[in-house]
Amino acid sequence: MITVSSLQRSGLGRVDFTVDDGECLAITGPSGAGKSLLMRAIVDLDPNTGEVATAQLTRSETPAPEWRKHVALLPSETGWWLDNVSEHFSEPTETAKLMPIVGLSPDALNWEVARLSSGERHRLGLLRCLEGMPKVLLLDEPTAALDPETTLKVEAMLQVLLSKGITIILVTHDPAQPARLGCKTMLIENGQVVA
Amino acid sequence: MSNYVSLTYLDLVFASSFLVLNGALSLWLKLGLERKLTIASVRMIVQLLLVGLLLKSLFAVVSPLLTALVAAAMIILAGREVWARQDRKLSGLWGFSLGTGAMMFSGVTITVIALTTQIQPDPWWTPRFALPLFGMVLGNSMTGISLSLDTLNTAANRERSAIEAQLLLGRSKWEAMRPFTRRALRTGFMPIINSMAATGIVSLPGMMTGQIMSGVDPTEAVKYQLLVMFLIGGSTGLGVLMAVLGSVYRLTDERHRLRLDRLRH
Repeated sequence: MITVSSLQRSGLGRVDFTVDDGECLAITGPSGAGKSLLMRAIVDLDPNTGEVATAQLTRSETPAPEWRKHVALLPSETGWWLDNVSEHFSEPTETAKLMPIVGLSPDALNWEVARLSSGERHRLGLLRCLEGMPKVLLLDEPTAALDPETTLKVEAMLQVLLSKGITIILVTHDPAQPARLGCKTMLIENGQVVA
Repeated sequence: MSNYVSLTYLDLVFASSFLVLNGALSLWLKLGLERKLTIASVRMIVQLLLVGLLLKSLFAVVSPLLTALVAAAMIILAGREVWARQDRKLSGLWGFSLGTGAMMFSGVTITVIALTTQIQPDPWWTPRFALPLFGMVLGNSMTGISLSLDTLNTAANRERSAIEAQLLLGRSKWEAMRPFTRRALRTGFMPIINSMAATGIVSLPGMMTGQIMSGVDPTEAVKYQLLVMFLIGGSTGLGVLMAVLGSVYRLTDERHRLRLDRLRH
């Protein structure tokens, strides 16, 4: 469960919503509307005002690193700071077991990051997010760089997470994706929630 | 010093003829360097002659106030240089004061300790010792600090997604910045490490050469040079560390965010 109250930041007007355990909210809207700004504000990556809370934690009372393990964000551009893929994971052997589920070969763990395609980076980024066992998962265009078949694999994994009670908020430009995942939707235009 | 050989201005004119020859070559080969060469030479001549006169009168007066004023002016000029040498710098007052403050703290501390405990002129701030020593310490700290700050700020800007990816995994700001902090520190230390390793093999350091030519026993000159190198190494290290940690502090905030909005655009 996550409750966002009076959240405000530069480029984004006041936002309020609640998403329950095991529920999914899809944020849609044109490029540049403020969808990613909202995601960043929820995990406190940019200065903002307002309150965000889950059933377990209140953001203002939680140190930022702990909050971001609890409410994890997969940004649209994944970041890598070392040369090898496996060095970015705390449990590479556990990750290797999950990789086939999203259509990745476990061999990719031994690659250099530079060899990964953007779709591979994104799926590995998702698995890396899951290592911290977040209760709420924010995904910024999780399937944008994927073919239809792989998109379905990732969506199947998200369904499993939802069934385990994890809350998911995702940004998508795929008009059919919210229905496939059974998400509520929220439309943002020009930095304002319109529906 | 008994065997000190004084130079006449005519000697200098003769020596400068080689530089004039370079200018003529540049004209002949259309290198386009003659203008820059002329300006740089004239600046050097004027600056050195003025500083010679200034030091001469300062040494004659031996006033603590005047010595401190000159030291302060040196800090401000060096601080401006550190600021100007960074492509990416912190905005506002931080941009100037971080590098300058780090340089002032490390340079003053080390120079004062050296003057009061090792060289021990009487009084300890005697300008003939204090100002040249402070100048050498400051000049080297300046290079190290400007290199390291430029490296750090440029990396923070370019590696935003890599830094934020670590923050998003629940790492602290210090952890997320660590690869880039380390690279900045290494870059700042590199010139002094290189010059320590090469000194005495490729060329003799300028100060030591000067002492030897003015009649000082080479082993005495070496002792002075070692002292100066230790001081330079110490103050550069301390200054680089302070400046880099200060910049990491300013580029992040208490909620462990990367604050690139605090860089000048």
